Amino acid sequence: MGTEITMPQLGETVVEGTITKWLKQEGDQIEADDLLVEISTDKVDSEVPSSASGTLEKILVQEGDTVKVGTPLAIIGDGSASGGDSGGGQAESQQEQSEPPQEPAQKKEESDSGGQDEVPLQEMESQSAGGSETEAPAADQKSSPGSNGQSAQPDKPSESPAQAGAAQSSGQSGAPGDTSKRGIISPLVRRLADEHGVDLGEVEGTGTGGRIRKQDVLRFVEETKSRPAARSTSSEQPVPAPQPEQESKPATREPAPAAQPAAASTGGREELVPWTNIRRRTAEHMVAASLETARAWNAVEADWSNIAALRARVKENFKKREGFSLTYMPFLCKVVCDTLMEMPEVNSSFDEENQANLVKHYVNLGIAVALEGGGLIVPVIKGADEKNLVGLARGVNDVATRARTKKLTPDDLAGGTFTITNPGPFGSIISVPIIPRGQTGILGFEAIQKRVVVTEEDSIGIRHMGFLSMSWDHRTIDGAEAAKFLAGLRERIETTDFSADLSQFE
Amino acid sequence: MTPSVTASWLGRVDYPAAWAWQKELYLARLEEERNDALMLLEHPPTYTLGRRADGSDLVYGEAEMAAQGIGLYNVDRGGRATYHGPGQLVGYPILQLGERYDVLQYLRNLEDVVIRTAAELGVEAQRDPEHTGVWVGRNKIGAIGVKITRGITMHGFAFNVTTDLSMFQGIVPCGIQDRWVTSVAAETGHSHEVKDVATIAAKHLAEVFERRLTWAPPQSLIASGMFDGSVLSSN
Repeated sequence: MGTEITMPQLGETVVEGTITKWLKQEGDQIEADDLLVEISTDKVDSEVPSSASGTLEKILVQEGDTVKVGTPLAIIGDGSASGGDSGGGQAESQQEQSEPPQEPAQKKEESDSGGQDEVPLQEMESQSAGGSETEAPAADQKSSPGSNGQSAQPDKPSESPAQAGAAQSSGQSGAPGDTSKRGIISPLVRRLADEHGVDLGEVEGTGTGGRIRKQDVLRFVEETKSRPAARSTSSEQPVPAPQPEQESKPATREPAPAAQPAAASTGGREELVPWTNIRRRTAEHMVAASLETARAWNAVEADWSNIAALRARVKENFKKREGFSLTYMPFLCKVVCDTLMEMPEVNSSFDEENQANLVKHYVNLGIAVALEGGGLIVPVIKGADEKNLVGLARGVNDVATRARTKKLTPDDLAGGTFTITNPGPFGSIISVPIIPRGQTGILGFEAIQKRVVVTEEDSIGIRHMGFLSMSWDHRTIDGAEAAKFLAGLRERIETTDFSADLSQFE
Repeated sequence: MTPSVTASWLGRVDYPAAWAWQKELYLARLEEERNDALMLLEHPPTYTLGRRADGSDLVYGEAEMAAQGIGLYNVDRGGRATYHGPGQLVGYPILQLGERYDVLQYLRNLEDVVIRTAAELGVEAQRDPEHTGVWVGRNKIGAIGVKITRGITMHGFAFNVTTDLSMFQGIVPCGIQDRWVTSVAAETGHSHEVKDVATIAAKHLAEVFERRLTWAPPQSLIASGMFDGSVLSSN
């Protein structure tokens, strides 16, 4: 009565394989296409999915045994023969999460009464990290001895399958090539479908061979949602636009799409733009940085007229000789480096472990660069304090060019001690940037504009003015230092004679 | 249209970070959110034990490894023990092999990539009918260990360019007692930058697997948060 799972042929010349690990235990509920067993052939480990749904009734070949292709490995029954829920607590709790029929009414009530608390935080995190289950076969992947307890298995993405109830997929059997029309249903897709109460049979797949992808499920959810709602729930809160990976859970546990409140009808005026990796990483990074620093903020206005005049004199020759334009940025880099070397406390990290401020007597200057097509990257000019003005100009041009042409290496992004962000070209006159982790300050280089000012001689003049705004970490320094640092920048900008640095271009 | 593979030189990446990275790429590949990828990198000194390794594969004790600053990880790939470290090119192809993949053919193809790369550097390397890997005589120059899930590959090959071969004394490489290891530097007396060898290997991988090769910076494989370790350590 059960379905026999046999040793798949993992290649034309493969005649046998070794069972290295069962990814499910006897008694576990299994969906077709759940990863079932890991089989080792020579130097390849293959994770083989189940070809049937049901209860794993019997494991016939133990871990470590080598068997021929076609040998029965396990029996999957319809669940009537043995208790399906004899598994451990983990299996049970997971079932509870994924099988709507279990006390649906009660669940709904809870979620309607605004219980976002119901969503376990950990789960939200693991979903946002790529929609994978946390039930990974962790034990075997852990680093064992290791020097500092560093785990070899960051618990984020793992390919252990979701045990979703609703999704009825006809999956792939163990043998390659034996794929049904729908192809592989990934754990993420299965889970999404489950959360939204989507019957995958109704979803049109746009992947290779009609495979259902994440986007297909999301689009299906959107489409069904935009149909007129048959009834609305008693919830008074407007339901936010569906955030598939996080917020949808409480409200969409019910299977019927009609249960969506009418307010959520978007009529195609909203769309879900899936996060790119860089978006997600940036978000994680920024939140972490925001949470762990004590951000305070100051700004000064500096008169760039002297530098503007010098730049106007040399920029043509500079462009000719160097091949790129001389901007204000290298001047700012130079005064930042000089001021940081004079006030290294602003060039420090808050070092919790050592209960100290780690003060750096060198400058690795991060330059925030917006990427074409979206995204932000902060390459670092190493040893910026040792460079002269032309060297800094080349450094800025180098990292900016390589950022835009996507030629940065990981090394280019590491080790910054202080950062400059440059919203000025977009016309920004004030910004409040987020302090990069491990640094004390980030300086916003705002637009330089001609403004009417009262000059030293009490006359009215037209000067090139620009704000410098700095977010700084109040854990490492205080307002006096921050203000003094900014004043130092202004002083240098207004009084330094850079003409000697650029005399070759005069 | 020929499928493409996007290669990226990632520099020095520690083992857990590279592993997490592979898994992200695997998931993205599974979701068809991206094309095939080839991670090219080098690891800090690290021993890894594949699924088939046992205690006898380790020569050094834990304390000795800790003292030398060597990481040790159990890994979900085929094969037994190996060493990774500076001077060794590590390639992790995240390839969708399709529905009718052949695990042994995949190994042979990876060997081919390493053999061609070695040849371009003046080393005549070959297969061994008994032992997977790439050999110069009885010395291994390229190690291979792979995991395939839903037709998508993880892990890959390690090619000794200027590797400090004495580090292999801490293990029994691949569980084979009567053989040893070698490197391009040991064979030819010439050293090469691992990064340059990565370029050569990527070219051959694209040829062997019949894919169009494109290069991308690391952040297009994943965002910058990985690089300073802060994202990983916050997990």
